[in-house]
Amino acid sequence: MDTHRRGSTVKNILLYLLLLVFLTPFLMIIMNSFKTTQQFVENPLSFPKNLKFENYVSAYHNMDFLSSFLNSMIITVVSVLLILFFSAMTGYLFVRFNWKINAIIFFAMLASMALPFQVIMIPLVMLYGNMDLLDMKTTLFFMYLGFGVPFGVFTFHGFIKGVPFELEESAFIEGSSRLRTFFQIVLPLLKPVFVTLMVLDVLWIWNDYLLPSLVLLSPSQKTLPLSTYNFFSSYAVDFAPLMAGLIMTIIPVLILYLFLQKHIIKGITEGALK
Amino acid sequence: MIKKNFLRNTGTFLVFGGPSIFAFIAVIVIPFFVGMYLTFTNWDVRSADTAFIGLANYIEVFQDKVFLGQLWFTLKYVFFTVLIANGFAFFIALLLTSGGRGEQWLRTGFFTPNLIGGIVLGYLWQTLFSQVLPYMGQKYGWSLFQTSWLTSTNTAFWALVIATAWQLIGYLMIIYIAGFSGVPTDVLEAASIDGASRKATIQKVILPLTIPAIVICVFISLSRSFLTYDINLALTKGGPFASTELATYHIVQKAFLSNQYGVGQAEAVVLFAVVAIIALTQSYLLKRLEVES
Repeated sequence: MDTHRRGSTVKNILLYLLLLVFLTPFLMIIMNSFKTTQQFVENPLSFPKNLKFENYVSAYHNMDFLSSFLNSMIITVVSVLLILFFSAMTGYLFVRFNWKINAIIFFAMLASMALPFQVIMIPLVMLYGNMDLLDMKTTLFFMYLGFGVPFGVFTFHGFIKGVPFELEESAFIEGSSRLRTFFQIVLPLLKPVFVTLMVLDVLWIWNDYLLPSLVLLSPSQKTLPLSTYNFFSSYAVDFAPLMAGLIMTIIPVLILYLFLQKHIIKGITEGALK
Repeated sequence: MIKKNFLRNTGTFLVFGGPSIFAFIAVIVIPFFVGMYLTFTNWDVRSADTAFIGLANYIEVFQDKVFLGQLWFTLKYVFFTVLIANGFAFFIALLLTSGGRGEQWLRTGFFTPNLIGGIVLGYLWQTLFSQVLPYMGQKYGWSLFQTSWLTSTNTAFWALVIATAWQLIGYLMIIYIAGFSGVPTDVLEAASIDGASRKATIQKVILPLTIPAIVICVFISLSRSFLTYDINLALTKGGPFASTELATYHIVQKAFLSNQYGVGQAEAVVLFAVVAIIALTQSYLLKRLEVES
């Protein structure tokens, strides 16, 4: 027993060391973001002599941090809310109404989940460009809704199937409408699915680069990944502020992760195993 | 009566399904079919008229040595990324399922790279490969790192593989952990009573019983690395001398910089077909190894 415990302590120490090596890229960037570019180039492994936030200030201005942060925030929040709300309603529709058209659309949605974005992007940009709908946040909300709905409907469908109809029946007898029954009885039961789906969609949309890079064209619309790209391609030699910029981009999701850690890991597992 | 029912049902359909089905059709279904049509035309941003040209775009794709070369480069990149990411993820997950203290923290830690997107990830590793590692190589005399890995094709290839695998490991680890928790404890106990060594237990008991998790992980890592774009853009930008352009990078360039929509779309369809064939074959082959516990 004793050797077993000692063995597991040794194993844990080794695992923590492995984790430290694994996370070295982050530690390097954090450490060097407090130095000047000169100090970084001379010795990237030295500890910063004092905590200087000048790099952060310079990154904040040069990458238009506030504006891109707000853009990312608005796009993520609105798109995720739209996906969650409308997927839940459609998932309910597909479970409770056994119509042929529902089965066909549901099947089409499942099939579409196998399609990579690459097959859609060229005609998508072409069509919406022809209609002069590019460079608008609204278009991006709509596109994220379209891309997010199949997986959302699929997830809600799976959950609502397990909700007994008897729960709703009594409400119907009392004369409650379909819509009211959905909001008062079904929606509150879906909370765990909402959290899982929200986590997956937030990580996807917050970090997405390709779609916004094709849709949002003017500088004032840029999201954080877009302005990170711009910042790096135009200041390629001044490393210190670049590293500070990376840290600032990571911090918002890191905060979310600290709060929702368990849900994120649960969400990934459930999302993958389906 | 029937008419009234029909009206009410249509109303329900539109209220509950309208917005999401409309978005789904307008964003995925229509562009998909337009895209398929596009591959048979010579559609070009500059020329206003579009002519039907049959399979000419596909023939051009298969005669384009540059694209075929990049497809081959992508295949090699996918192969090593999938192998390395799954190998590490499997063993880290194995070490993290004994139920010891602190495992939750370790899992959280290994998962962190997945919080960042490909652009940030690519620039993070670019800084490491172009500055930190060459510094260490010169200081400690490690010839492997003396020049930046991003300046030659061969090392830039490994830089791409490492950066991608680094992120995938934490993600796949989570799925492997879930897979291991499905291995019944009585089977493991029986193995240990029979005196099976740790290695034999992994090989003969755990591995066959976690085939479903392996299929999922290989599938996810395959499709994610086949479609890599952001990391490629931020880490190597296709360089040096356009030698590390993965398939998606090429397609984006072809379509949105050279404005060759038809050929670009045909390349995207070919890429999709390659991914689908490989992903389906692997799950078919791996599933045959599956056993019931």
